Amino acid sequence: MSDTPNIGFVRHEPIPPSAPPIQQAGMVKWMRENLFSNWINSILTILSIYFVAKIILASTPWMWNGVWTTSSLRECREVLQGTSGACWSVLAERWNQMLFGFKYPVEAYWRPTLAFVLLLVCIAPILFQKLPRNMLIFSAIYPFLAFWLIWGGTVLTPVVVAVSLIAGYLAFVKIERLTGFATGLLSGVVAVALVLYLGSFVTAALPEFIALEPVASRDMGGFMLNLILGTVCVSLSIPLGIILALGRQSNMPIIKGICVVFIEFIRGVPLITLLFVANVVLSYFFPPGTNLDLILRVIIMITLFSAAYIAEVIRGGLAALPRGQYEAADSLGLDYPQAMRLIILPQALKISIPGIVNVAVGLFKDTTLVSVISMFDLVGMIRGPISSSTAWTGIYWELYLFAILLFFVVCYGISQYSQWLERQLRTDHH
Amino acid sequence: MSEAHMKVSDEIAISIENMNKWYGTFHVLRDINLDVQRGERIVICGPSGSGKSTLIRCINALEEHQQGSITVDGTLLSSDVKNIDKVRSEVGMCFQHFNLFPHLTILENCTLAPIWVRKIPKKEAEETAMHFLEKVKIPEQADKYPGQLSGGQQQRVAIARSLCMKPRIMLFDEPTSALDPEMIKEVLDTMIELAEDGMTMLCVTHEMGFARQVANRVIFMDAGQIVEQNEPEEFFNNPQSDRTKLFLSQILGH
Repeated sequence: MSDTPNIGFVRHEPIPPSAPPIQQAGMVKWMRENLFSNWINSILTILSIYFVAKIILASTPWMWNGVWTTSSLRECREVLQGTSGACWSVLAERWNQMLFGFKYPVEAYWRPTLAFVLLLVCIAPILFQKLPRNMLIFSAIYPFLAFWLIWGGTVLTPVVVAVSLIAGYLAFVKIERLTGFATGLLSGVVAVALVLYLGSFVTAALPEFIALEPVASRDMGGFMLNLILGTVCVSLSIPLGIILALGRQSNMPIIKGICVVFIEFIRGVPLITLLFVANVVLSYFFPPGTNLDLILRVIIMITLFSAAYIAEVIRGGLAALPRGQYEAADSLGLDYPQAMRLIILPQALKISIPGIVNVAVGLFKDTTLVSVISMFDLVGMIRGPISSSTAWTGIYWELYLFAILLFFVVCYGISQYSQWLERQLRTDHH
Repeated sequence: MSEAHMKVSDEIAISIENMNKWYGTFHVLRDINLDVQRGERIVICGPSGSGKSTLIRCINALEEHQQGSITVDGTLLSSDVKNIDKVRSEVGMCFQHFNLFPHLTILENCTLAPIWVRKIPKKEAEETAMHFLEKVKIPEQADKYPGQLSGGQQQRVAIARSLCMKPRIMLFDEPTSALDPEMIKEVLDTMIELAEDGMTMLCVTHEMGFARQVANRVIFMDAGQIVEQNEPEEFFNNPQSDRTKLFLSQILGH
C-alpha cells in the first residue's frame, strides 16, 4: 500500500496568465528559415535569383532605351543604331486606336472615356456595401447613359428603353398581385413591347433631340470593345447563371430538363464556334430584313456561354449548403422566393465568389476571341490594322506588352477585389 | 412548478390519423395515431432509426407523409402549399444542429421571419426579438453572428427565433444531442420555462430528467410504430412492453 505514490492533487492557487516568450525576429532568421533552410533550398534560391536578375538585366535597358518619338519602325532602327531598345513610338502614335478602335471618331473620344469613368462610379456602390445606398440609383441609370455616350444618337432611344422596362416592371407587379406569376410576366412583356413600339415613332420623329453624333457598332474597337463586352456579358450572365442554377435544382421536370440540356450543351461547345455562329449562322434564324447588330449577337453568345459556367459554379455553392438551412427557412414559413433570396443565395453566392470571379476573369480575357470574327478589339487591332501598316509591320513585343499590361491591370484588380470581399463576408470567426 | 400553469385544455392541437410514410420501399412510420391537446407537453423517445424525428418533421411538412391525415390547428396538411405555409408559420421548430443562419446576426435571425412572413414592421419585430432574447437570457449577444456563440447559446437563439413567430406549437428535434454536457442544462431550463408558460410542445429527446419534470405524456417508438405511451411516472416506473423495458434499462442503466 505504501509503495503506490500519492496521485491525489488539488490546485489551490490558479496560474495567472503571462506574456508569451519574445520571438526571435529579424531578416537573417527569416532568410535562414525560408530561403536557406537546407542545401537544396539554398541552391534553388540562388538559381532563382540568378534567373530573375538575368531577365531584369536584359529587359530593363531594352525598355529604358526605348524610342518614343519616331513615326515608323524603320526610323526606330535608325535611331537605335543596332543597340538594344524598344520602339515605344508605336504606342505613342497608335494608343488611341488600341483603346478606341481605328474608326471611332477622334473628336468623340471623350464619350467612351467619360463612360469608363462613370462605370467606376456605377459599380462602386455595388462592390462596396459601405457607400451610400442611394448611389445605386445612378447604377440603374448608368447602362442607358453609357449606351447613349458610346453609341450616340438621340437621347430618346435609351430613355424609351428605360421607360419600357419600368412600364413592364409595373405591369408585372400589378398583374402578378391580382392573377399570378405567369399572367403577370406575360403582361410585363406585352407592356415592354408596346412602349418600345410606340417609342420607336417618337425616336423616328425626333432623331436630333439632344443627339450626339451616332457611331455604328462596327466602328467600335480596341480595348473599349473588350471592356464593353466584358462588363455587359458579366453583368448579364450572373443573374442568368443564378436562374439556370436554381432551375437545375428545381423539382419541376420540364424546367430542370431545359436547364440541364442548355448547360450541358453550352459547356460541350467551344466559345469560338459560338462566335462563328453569332457572326454567320445566327442571322439565318431571324426573319429576313432584321439586321441584328453584330455586337449584340456576340454579347448574346458570350453571355449564354458564361452563364452556363456560372450556373455550374453556383450549383456547387448551393450543394455545399447544409440541408438544415433549407429546413430552417421552411420551418419558419418562408416561401420559396424568400428562402432563396434571404437565406440560400446569400450563402451560396458567398461560397461561389472565387468560382464566379474565375469565370468573370476568364470571360473578360476571352473577349479577345472576337478578333477571329474580324472585330477589331485590342488584339484584333494589333493583329490587323497596326501590324499590317507599312510603318509598323514587324513590331510585336511593344504592342503585346501593352495589351498584357491593360488586361493584367483589370484582371488583377478583379481578383484582388474578390479576395477582399471574401474577407468582408467571413462571419463564422472574427 | 405549480400545477395551475401546466393546465391542458380539451382543445385538440394536433391530430394524426392512420399516418404512414415510406422512404422508397422502407416503411418508416406505420399507422401512427396521435392526438395532442392544447398545452400538452409530449416527450418522444426511442432508439435511433425508430422514426421519432421523422414523425415530428411530418407535423410541419418538412417530410411528406403518404397515407393518413395530419391536422394541425384545424388545418389539414395536404400537398396544398398554402396550407403547408400556414401550418409552418404556426408551428415553431428547433433542430439538433440549431440551423441558425450564419450570415445574419442573432437579431436578424430572430426578425427575418416576422418581417417577411408576418409582415411586421422592422422596429416592432426587433422589439419582439429582444423580448424573447431576454427570455432565453442572451440579449447581450444580439449583434453577434451565430459562429461566435457557444452551442448552448446558439440553441437558445434558435428557440427565441422560433418564438418570435408567436407559434402555438413547438417541435424540438433532439435539441440537446449536439451539446456539451455543461450546456445541456441551460437549454433544458429554457424549455422548462416555455412549458410553464403553457406552450404545446413535442420533444424528441433522451433527457429523461426533463421528461419526468415537464412531460404530461411520454411516447416510446420503435421500428416506426408507437409502442407505448403513458404518463411519465407510470412510463418510467412501470413500463409494459419488453422493448420499452430494454430501452429504459439501456439509457438509465449506467
